[in-house]
Amino acid sequence: MPQTSDHDSYSDAFLRRVLNSTRSIAVVGASPKWNRPSYFVMKYLLEKGYQIIPVNPGAAGGEILGQKVYASLHDIPHSFDMVDIFRNSEVAGAVTDEAIALKQEREIKTIWMQLSVRNDPAAARAEATGLQVIMNRCPKIEFGRLNNELSWGGINSRVITARRRRVRIG
Amino acid sequence: MSEKKSQNFGFETRMIHAGAQPDPITGARQTPIHQNTSYVFHDTDHAASLFNLQTFGFIYSRLSNPTVAVLEERLANLENGRGGTCCASGHAAQLLAFFPLMEPGDSFIASNRLYGGSITQFGKTFRKFDWRVRFVDVDNLQAVRDALTADCKAIFVESLANPGGVISDLEALSVIAREAGIPLIVDNTMATPYLCRPIEWGADIVVHSTTKFLSGNGTSMGGCVIDSGHFDWGQNDKFAGLATPEPAYHGLNFYENFGDMAFTTHAHAVGLRDLGSTMAPMNAFQTLLGCETLALRMERHCENARKVAEFLESHPDVAWVSSAALPSSPYHDLARKYMPKGAGSVFTFGVKGGYDAGIKVVENCELFSHLANIGDAKSLILHPSSTTHRQLTEEQQLAAGAGPDVIRVSIGLETLEDIIADLDQAIATART
Repeated sequence: MPQTSDHDSYSDAFLRRVLNSTRSIAVVGASPKWNRPSYFVMKYLLEKGYQIIPVNPGAAGGEILGQKVYASLHDIPHSFDMVDIFRNSEVAGAVTDEAIALKQEREIKTIWMQLSVRNDPAAARAEATGLQVIMNRCPKIEFGRLNNELSWGGINSRVITARRRRVRIG
Repeated sequence: MSEKKSQNFGFETRMIHAGAQPDPITGARQTPIHQNTSYVFHDTDHAASLFNLQTFGFIYSRLSNPTVAVLEERLANLENGRGGTCCASGHAAQLLAFFPLMEPGDSFIASNRLYGGSITQFGKTFRKFDWRVRFVDVDNLQAVRDALTADCKAIFVESLANPGGVISDLEALSVIAREAGIPLIVDNTMATPYLCRPIEWGADIVVHSTTKFLSGNGTSMGGCVIDSGHFDWGQNDKFAGLATPEPAYHGLNFYENFGDMAFTTHAHAVGLRDLGSTMAPMNAFQTLLGCETLALRMERHCENARKVAEFLESHPDVAWVSSAALPSSPYHDLARKYMPKGAGSVFTFGVKGGYDAGIKVVENCELFSHLANIGDAKSLILHPSSTTHRQLTEEQQLAAGAGPDVIRVSIGLETLEDIIADLDQAIATART
């Protein structure tokens, strides 16, 4: 899997590949409040068929959107593909290191930091172990943009194509 | 294999393709006209997600419609903005642009040379919402600074003013707005994004009457608000509707949840929802067709207009011509800076003999249509002080470049020699 080390811009092909190969996402900083950005993102990605694993020590043991909440990545008892980080840039470094330590055992492939979250040293450490890193982006916005849903709200997706998109049935 | 990003595609490619893709179900290449009001939910949870704005999708065409959304994205793309919100007319776009920014008692600064209909909307009708406008000569940058007050929420200008060939110094005005922590809103109707892109000069919001050059044939009313996505709505406490829990959307903080899409999301979910000034899908379709040929049309509009202005300036019976395309214009240098491909096709002139002779010119044209519109493929002529600028005081008319002897023309795409010949015969008839 080719890596990208340019964290100012990611190609549409790279983002598509990450989103299409991911099945399960641990969401660190998951909020149980309906009007918080992390809740919006989890609800959207659940509807798109992703497995969502909320991580929040303050809500551990309970459920968010019907999904069991864990206190840390370490507490998740099974493999997952991606870590989506809703914490500030500094804390994102520690979360990344936790994911690096668990990478082999939990088969983690991608670290994704949300809009306005960016930690370049942590990204370099993760990429050195073969993890893919995306920073300062939102998987909901990118999924919506690449699948033409962002355009429904009048948003400039910057996608130009004359190809007919294949619709997956199911 | 790297994909080409759309910002690397040229303007002409984007005016044809941006926002539109082949329909994934049918393969239809041209954007379908979704003449449809309401959209089926998968289940109650899906419906709730849509109403909570947690997922993307359509609910009801008052808020958004698939055909209208294509036009919104295309115009946002052409203006290099983050998002667009289409609505029923240019006047609706102005109301929609101010709606998220203003509370009763707030004020804004506007150019005193705006299109007369805008001066009336801002000065009279907005007053009923207790929104207060201060009209300022925006050529005087110090006067703009002096008009700033704590309750001032925006500066509003036209890139190229209707009717008089006046051009705003967008870069300088955007500095004043940025220092004051308020957005610069630019009406770019007369220039279109082919000639001028205000966001590239620092504007935060662009409004259009799409009725004019964008649709291009005088068929379809419409407006659009385009947000740059650059303005930080949380930098001060001026923009509570966008950056604090919005009571009109059960406490949702739009800026926190939607970031650089906050303005456009609010404009649909609250603005269009409650103001109801929706664009019709058929009008969006017609305007999309217009966009596909925008560059070609604007080139010819500008070329014809410049040559007609040169003809009039050298005509012995013409007293004056006000067109930024002419080197004699005080705005010629600003035109070369902000719209190097041309200064539009709408300008004004006066004939010797003043008001009476001017009326006769308008009434003696055969090819020019005497009507109240601009930006049609057909050449248009009008006497502003008795029509579009009639609601203004004489002082306001003079400030707006619409005094009693002023004739406004919107030069169309007919054969240049025929356009010139028609004006020549009308002037000759008026002077005899």
